[in-house]
Amino acid sequence: MRVPSQPLRRRGLLTGAAALLAAGGTLAGCGTRAATQTETGCRSEDRSTAEQKLTFSNWPQYLDVDESDPAKRPTLDAFVARTGIQVTYTEDINDNNEFLGKVQQQLASCRSIDRDIIVLSDWMAARMIRLGWIQQLDPARIPNVTANLLPSLRDRSFDPQNRLAVPWQAGLAGLAYNGSVTREIRTVDELLTRPDLKGRVTALSEMRDTMGLLLQSNGHDPANFTPAQFDDALAKLKKAVDSGQIRRFTGNDYTPELARGDIAACVAWSGDVIQLSAENEKIRFVSPESGLLLYSDDTLVPNRATHKGHAETLINYYYEPAVAARLAAYVNYICPVRGAQAEMEKIDPELATNPLIFPGEDLLRKATVFMALDERQERAYESRFQQVIGA
Amino acid sequence: MSPVTTSARRRLLPYLLVLPGAAWLGVFFVVPLLQLGAASLYDPTGSLSTGYALTWAFGNYPAVLQAYWPQLARSFGYAAAALALALLLGYPLAYAIARKAGRWKNLLLVCVVAPMFTSFLVRTLAWKTILSDHGWLVGLLRDVHLLGPNGRLLATPVAVVLGLTYNFLPLLVLPLYASLERLDHRLLEAAGDLYASGVQTFRRVTLPLSMPGLIAGTLLFFIPATGDYINAELLGSPNEYMVGNVIDSAFLVRLDYPQGAALSFLLMAAILAVVVGYLRRAGTDEVWR
Repeated sequence: MRVPSQPLRRRGLLTGAAALLAAGGTLAGCGTRAATQTETGCRSEDRSTAEQKLTFSNWPQYLDVDESDPAKRPTLDAFVARTGIQVTYTEDINDNNEFLGKVQQQLASCRSIDRDIIVLSDWMAARMIRLGWIQQLDPARIPNVTANLLPSLRDRSFDPQNRLAVPWQAGLAGLAYNGSVTREIRTVDELLTRPDLKGRVTALSEMRDTMGLLLQSNGHDPANFTPAQFDDALAKLKKAVDSGQIRRFTGNDYTPELARGDIAACVAWSGDVIQLSAENEKIRFVSPESGLLLYSDDTLVPNRATHKGHAETLINYYYEPAVAARLAAYVNYICPVRGAQAEMEKIDPELATNPLIFPGEDLLRKATVFMALDERQERAYESRFQQVIGA
Repeated sequence: MSPVTTSARRRLLPYLLVLPGAAWLGVFFVVPLLQLGAASLYDPTGSLSTGYALTWAFGNYPAVLQAYWPQLARSFGYAAAALALALLLGYPLAYAIARKAGRWKNLLLVCVVAPMFTSFLVRTLAWKTILSDHGWLVGLLRDVHLLGPNGRLLATPVAVVLGLTYNFLPLLVLPLYASLERLDHRLLEAAGDLYASGVQTFRRVTLPLSMPGLIAGTLLFFIPATGDYINAELLGSPNEYMVGNVIDSAFLVRLDYPQGAALSFLLMAAILAVVVGYLRRAGTDEVWR
């Protein structure tokens, strides 16, 4: 006999749905645990002597590539040939915050992120150090860093002994303008108030760079400021947003607009502007009289990385002046290695005199590293800044 | 096999068929959703380093609503404006493809879908070039005095609405096309035989019969358009930011998970309310009456 199949019944479905919700609710748990770790509680053994391997994650276009063969990376290939360490190099870091989102679950619960070296901006490096996610390097194994690191990037407050975050490249945040659509700009105040620039100005959505320049324009020090001084600077920014002077807050994406002339002047990073002015010399970088911001992207060895020894070898290698010069000739950021300038003379004398790759003493004296913030300050300042920039 | 077990099996069969889909939804939708719901009730003073405690902090909801209602309202305003524009463009387009295109039908359909082959981001960036202050479009609009000499399109609400319209248009056109294509042409002939004018035929035959496609299309368009943040970020300015931008910033930049989660839930609830209201008025059952 054939029994007809019965249709789904509402009660059956509802029971199922309720069971699913209950199960899901249990799984969703209640709250999250603290993400802070300690280095000793979370370190893993260094297998460098047994395994000739190293996994290195970096930003796109942040390592020299052979112009005739894009598959070749001269400085890295030379490292492999010299040491026999097989390096797995991946360009999978596009944004500090996104990358944090990608790895925070693992690092917060003391699991490996399968990378021996990562490169992140200094403020994100500071945050990860604060959370106890980063391994200390052995100073004896990185003598080139000790000898050649640029003085302005030493002894930073989040890494007073220079053994957690070693700068890969550095850069300056200042102003830029496109001379084909506007006349020269000299100060932050001009950027924020000059009527002919209205609606053709952008600033960076990176709080430290934009707010640092504003603090300096008020005569305050981004390395050491009070909440009231921050609020003053923020009020100045808000006025420029409300009046329609500032068109947008950007990441790296301001470059095509500055080149086209949709943006006449902006807050900009030096490395971007060098590349733009190579194509159009009317695009200029400006270091305002009131000062600039110095930032760096730092190499970090995360907890549970299993090849710390090799990581130290590689970091030390990139602090050889000749290697650093070859890298800087390709990436065009500020080279954090002393002595690389002399080596650059042999590769490209014109680049050796470029102050945006090898800044002189007077330029460096004007450049400040933004104050290291604790978690409470970071949240408070970032929230207020985000509110002004619309999000 | 005894009839009893057969009948039990028969009774269970539909549930077994539902099970894989339900399990999938359970793991990848219900659990994350509950997690998000729990996160929206976390103690707002928690942080990444200290962790968050679930304290049933319902105060997060009024707090974010008070701080971010303009962005929430803007999201619905822009999505509604884009929907209106998309209907003006999309209905005639779907009608033409379905009923007038003849042998060009497939080619035209491919043209509608083709932009979807490239990434959403790239398409939106292309609009930056089209709307550029120094582009031909702005030049033309300035020449005919629709824009002042210093007028612009980028970083204005117009650019954001145009971007939303363009990016989600295929989602509206395809379901509309499907229901217009199925339309029985004998009904249109009958309307003609009964002396209905073209306008009357459209109002009383074509439009009602295309309602299922129209409803599906408007929902498919409106829901993602409301939650979108790429168009506002790339084509707008801070004054055009939508609620998606705020959620993005809460989760990725400010690391304020309770706020981000509460806003996400508010957005979902608001969209749900709009959709339910819409379906009540234009419910598929009534369409056929």
